[in-house]
Amino acid sequence: MAETHSLQDMRQQAAIAAKVFIQRDYTNGTVCQFQTKFPSELETRIDKQQFEETVRTLNNLYAEAEKLGSQSYIEGCLACLTAYTVFLCMETHYEKILKKIAKYIQEQNDKIYAPRGLLLTDPIERGLRVIEVTIFEDRSLTR
Amino acid sequence: MKNCEYQQIDPQALPTPTPTPPPHQGNDIDEEEKKKKKKKKEEKEPKRPKRKWEVFPGKNRFYCDGRIIVARQSGVLPLTLGLILVTSGLFFIFDCPFLVKHLTSCIPVIGGVLFVFVVITLLQTSFTDPGILPRATPDEAADIEKQIDNTGNTSYRPPPRTKEVLINQQVVKLKYCFTCKMFRPPRTSHCSLCDNCVERFDHHCPWVGNCVGKRNYRFFYTFIVSLSFLTAFIFGCVTTHLALRAQGGKGLVFALQESPGSAVELVICFFSVWSILGLSGFHTYLVASNLTTNEDIKGSWSGKSGEDVTNPYSHRNIFINCCSVLCAPMPPSLIDRRGFLPADESAQTGGTDIELPTLAAKSEINVCTQGTKGLLESAALSPLLSTSCPQGKPQTAHPCPDSSSPAANSDPSPELSTGCGAHHTASSHGDASPPRHTKTRSKKCKRAALHIPNPAFDVPVSPTSPDTGPGSKARGHKGASFAPLH
Repeated sequence: MAETHSLQDMRQQAAIAAKVFIQRDYTNGTVCQFQTKFPSELETRIDKQQFEETVRTLNNLYAEAEKLGSQSYIEGCLACLTAYTVFLCMETHYEKILKKIAKYIQEQNDKIYAPRGLLLTDPIERGLRVIEVTIFEDRSLTR
Repeated sequence: MKNCEYQQIDPQALPTPTPTPPPHQGNDIDEEEKKKKKKKKEEKEPKRPKRKWEVFPGKNRFYCDGRIIVARQSGVLPLTLGLILVTSGLFFIFDCPFLVKHLTSCIPVIGGVLFVFVVITLLQTSFTDPGILPRATPDEAADIEKQIDNTGNTSYRPPPRTKEVLINQQVVKLKYCFTCKMFRPPRTSHCSLCDNCVERFDHHCPWVGNCVGKRNYRFFYTFIVSLSFLTAFIFGCVTTHLALRAQGGKGLVFALQESPGSAVELVICFFSVWSILGLSGFHTYLVASNLTTNEDIKGSWSGKSGEDVTNPYSHRNIFINCCSVLCAPMPPSLIDRRGFLPADESAQTGGTDIELPTLAAKSEINVCTQGTKGLLESAALSPLLSTSCPQGKPQTAHPCPDSSSPAANSDPSPELSTGCGAHHTASSHGDASPPRHTKTRSKKCKRAALHIPNPAFDVPVSPTSPDTGPGSKARGHKGASFAPLH
């Protein structure tokens, strides 16, 4: 019981031991993708498969946001015809996906990362440059 | 009791450290009174939560509580707006009545639609975040520093740090930005005028008063295309109008006397249409080959050094390139201007150590020769404009309604343009010596671009012949645009 922390408790009480930054992966161009390489600092805290699964899901969500499909073309043409004023009224496709991503990260934090003393920061808060993983001090280790 | 009151203050909760009283003050009662006063003052004025735009480190100005963003130097945006409004106004007043009577009533309708398109897209280009990358947080910067192998050399300026990545089997070098403390993503460049890294940086356009980057390139492209249509349309209509009036042996002079506004329009349109058409053609080529002005000027993908380099971002298909640049999903703004700062970060601005990085940033950037040359040429105008235009704080700007309706975007702009336009007309009269500068709108951008030798296209450029220069460049580009893609 001492090992699991709730997200609120962690933020209020725990001290930050370290921060790990997952950088962007540019091998496919400028689309938003993050490196799936498992950082060594997290080896003691979380399962490699679990972590890579999280990053891969995030990558898929970002790819979906930036996908060039017929829907995005139609939206783009319609926006152009209205002199792009639709952007003031409508929520764009990208914004909808960002909300999905925020929800997914929240869910992952609550279920998987917070119990292990970790916290994922939504990349949008870091300008889509990095996924910041905060490692909290694990007081339960002193047994 | 008194001791308890100020022992309750947690020094860590205060953003600024309380100044320690000087040791030579022996009077303890005075110190206690000072501390009590300070605590009471802090209790009476609860710190209001700040929005992120208020502590934004770049050189930008914000209006409407962060909804509108412009570069600090508005450049010649008021001139651009003024010219468009004046020319279109004269067109509707002088030419439309005659043409409606003698030709068709579609003419003011078409003119009106084009005019609305031009103004809306211009304002969107100017007021939209071009794709600014927020600066790295201190933790991120420290992490990157750890990864870079610092040999600790004693030279004043550390060597430029680069990182190589493989993009679509093409080696691309990513440079480290000393101002923003991060490795710039591919196609990102740091604009020295705005002091920001901008994604897919095209150029800093003084005519529009903002950088042109990933998020507002489509607005910019629509603006110049619709402006070229509008200019050509007005030019054609004015010519038709004057020709009809001069019929029956009356002569051109008679026609001009009857409709003096048309003479002004004719001159403005004649000098602008070539450069704007040239610019539209140039940008159509860039869109079709998925290049930015920055890359084209630097010749990043033209293989000038004999290497086998191709544009790794191009989809090798003109249609897909056009769609990916103009019709892709609109990326979000990364700087979150209207978000609230967390209480503990209210003092963090990230711009503390700037004396070295600004030098490095400026010299590293081969970024906007267009913009800087244009700015140098309009330097006579800009000091007047920058002092007369409203500054960044929202208290001085036109108060906007809170609801983000389309009116919010258009409401402050007439205020800005009328406020600046009045000052501007005074300055333009005094600046009579280079008349062509005020009349040729985007020719400066184009001419500056032409000055840089583009080894891919050995088109001889003569800046003195405006009609042949941009035209031939555009033709040269158009002709060559199909070659490298197949």
